[in-house]
Amino acid sequence: MIEAKNRLENVFEKTGNEKVMSLFLTAGYPDLDSTVDLIVEFEKNGADMIELGMPFSDPLADGPTIQYSSDIAISAGITMNRIFDMVREVRKRSDIPLILMGYMNPVLRYGVDQFCEQAADSGVDGLIIPDIPVEEAEIIENSAKANGLGMIYLIAPNTTDERMKLADEKSDGFVYCVSVTGVTGARTGEEVQNSVDRFMTRVNENVTKNPVMVGFGIKSHEDAMSIASNADGFIVGSALIDTIKEKYPEKGWIEHVSAFVHSLKFGNN
Amino acid sequence: MNSTEEKVKMKYNYPNKRGYFGKFGGKFVPEVLIPAIQELEKEFLIAKEDPEFIRQYESLLDEYVGRPTKLTFANRLTEYYGKGKIYLKREDLCHTGAHKINNAIGQLLLARRMGKKRIIAETGAGQHGVATATACAKFGLKCVVYMGEEDMVRQKLNVDRMRLMGAEVRSVTSGSRTLKDATNEAIRDWVTNVEDTFYIIGSVVGPHPYPMMTREFHRVIGDETKRQILDAEGRLPDYLIACVGGGSNAIGMFYPFIDDEDVKIIGVEAAGVGVNTGQTAATLTKGSPGILHGSLSYLLQTDEGQIELAHSISAGLDYPGVGPEHSFLRDINRVSYYAVTDNEAMNAVKLLSEKEGIIPALETAHAFAWLEKLMPETDKEDIIILNCSGRGDKDMKTISENL
Repeated sequence: MIEAKNRLENVFEKTGNEKVMSLFLTAGYPDLDSTVDLIVEFEKNGADMIELGMPFSDPLADGPTIQYSSDIAISAGITMNRIFDMVREVRKRSDIPLILMGYMNPVLRYGVDQFCEQAADSGVDGLIIPDIPVEEAEIIENSAKANGLGMIYLIAPNTTDERMKLADEKSDGFVYCVSVTGVTGARTGEEVQNSVDRFMTRVNENVTKNPVMVGFGIKSHEDAMSIASNADGFIVGSALIDTIKEKYPEKGWIEHVSAFVHSLKFGNN
Repeated sequence: MNSTEEKVKMKYNYPNKRGYFGKFGGKFVPEVLIPAIQELEKEFLIAKEDPEFIRQYESLLDEYVGRPTKLTFANRLTEYYGKGKIYLKREDLCHTGAHKINNAIGQLLLARRMGKKRIIAETGAGQHGVATATACAKFGLKCVVYMGEEDMVRQKLNVDRMRLMGAEVRSVTSGSRTLKDATNEAIRDWVTNVEDTFYIIGSVVGPHPYPMMTREFHRVIGDETKRQILDAEGRLPDYLIACVGGGSNAIGMFYPFIDDEDVKIIGVEAAGVGVNTGQTAATLTKGSPGILHGSLSYLLQTDEGQIELAHSISAGLDYPGVGPEHSFLRDINRVSYYAVTDNEAMNAVKLLSEKEGIIPALETAHAFAWLEKLMPETDKEDIIILNCSGRGDKDMKTISENL
């Protein structure tokens, strides 16, 4: 196995001019067994990185799609230990960088040190915690660092230049650019494009240490190429969950969803 | 008092600059909201030193809200228990029928200072929603109130009041369909419309500076109480009692007394069906520290850190969290927190109505219910002050069903 930190670094090196594609999946959605298969299939279809959502009952930065998938996963009995087991299963079959993404409360409840140890031990590479701004970083950053986990901070169009620099300094792996002020969820391309053009200009001036990934509102290859034109890569979440919701549990649903993933990266040709 | 005595005297000075009360508090919000709460903190700190802002706030409290509210000696209730003297701080006499208007007016004045055109709020029982809708009507600002679908049924009267004053009440159908999810939706709205929208939070919860700011707008309750009891009795009370959901009326009453070590302070939570039944809202009694809605405080949660649904007969108390300052005051043993059940609160509604001609809000009734436990332990000379935080008109439907 490759060292955790290297997996994250390598992903930005190997692709050259191609945009890095990161996919968000809710752990335990649509069911506990499928998540591992989805990750392996997605990698075959162009995914460079996976953000595995740790479901939370009150995801206040997320729109209805991710809240829905989280509710399903919680009802199905997802737990932190099951997420770690899932990651261990993935690691038997894939070296794709894996990032755990979720809210702070379940992490705090599990125990911050134990959480970071288990995450690293199972094969996780980094963490994204949307309700931890840089001001509150100290609650987890030492533990994360001690276990070799990258902490990835978010910046938004209304983030000041000074805070962008701070997020860059503190982040390890990449900086996550939230394309619009708003919750997660697919939007019209125009809405995102207007916001993101001005934003990315400032991002590229202020974020110099880390690669930058753009997320929120991307639902097609065309969206991704235009929104991420000034970024190192793009992140798709709600549009993917919506596709799963539409196809599951029809026969061949994983193939359908994987075809969508392929089209996100390479277009429909 | 000489300088040595002053040094020995306890000096309470929280939150710290980062918004922490001991280990509780903080700013656990998405990045998008950070500029908004930083700007708010800055504006609030300037405004509270600005004589013109204070004059405007105090003049509205006087002319519009109807302050100072009375401190009423409850002679029949005192007679009934045959022990210490019971006084009621009459926040139920405020315009709109509850203490919530103090804070709604204060935050609205801040919103105007900051040039915000659109106001949002969350509400459980509707008291905060009504207070916010009222303040918005008074100043002609657009108002959107998020309210759980279940609460909209329980508190139809307050929904109608808000709509009458021109507010838009948005029904929240996610999760518990009560206050917790109304708060989630309000935060999502805020995240989306942060540029022109001011979020008036209705309790001493949320990210810093909200717990501090809301406390400052409600401390008028305790400041008045202190003056009034000194006038009436020539000394401070032995006991202060208030109900605690998020805890805004309680902090408002308690805060000016925190350094007065001889005053015993009691917060009463909603036990719901009972603290061990799983149908409870007694966060400080049954909860554990965690992060919800922007701050670290006690929470009702599962072993996995999922937020549990709270239950109380009172829509205003069924919140799984509590203000971070209450968590701190509990942990340093400055305030004692207890819980009473739905049934105990209902009995208190009947008792206060019959003995004093005051129908309390169901929230408030929880504080009254604690008198059953406290009064037998008091002496004739003891002074007990209870915060009568709101009136019961809005709860008549629930009260009728449970009589």
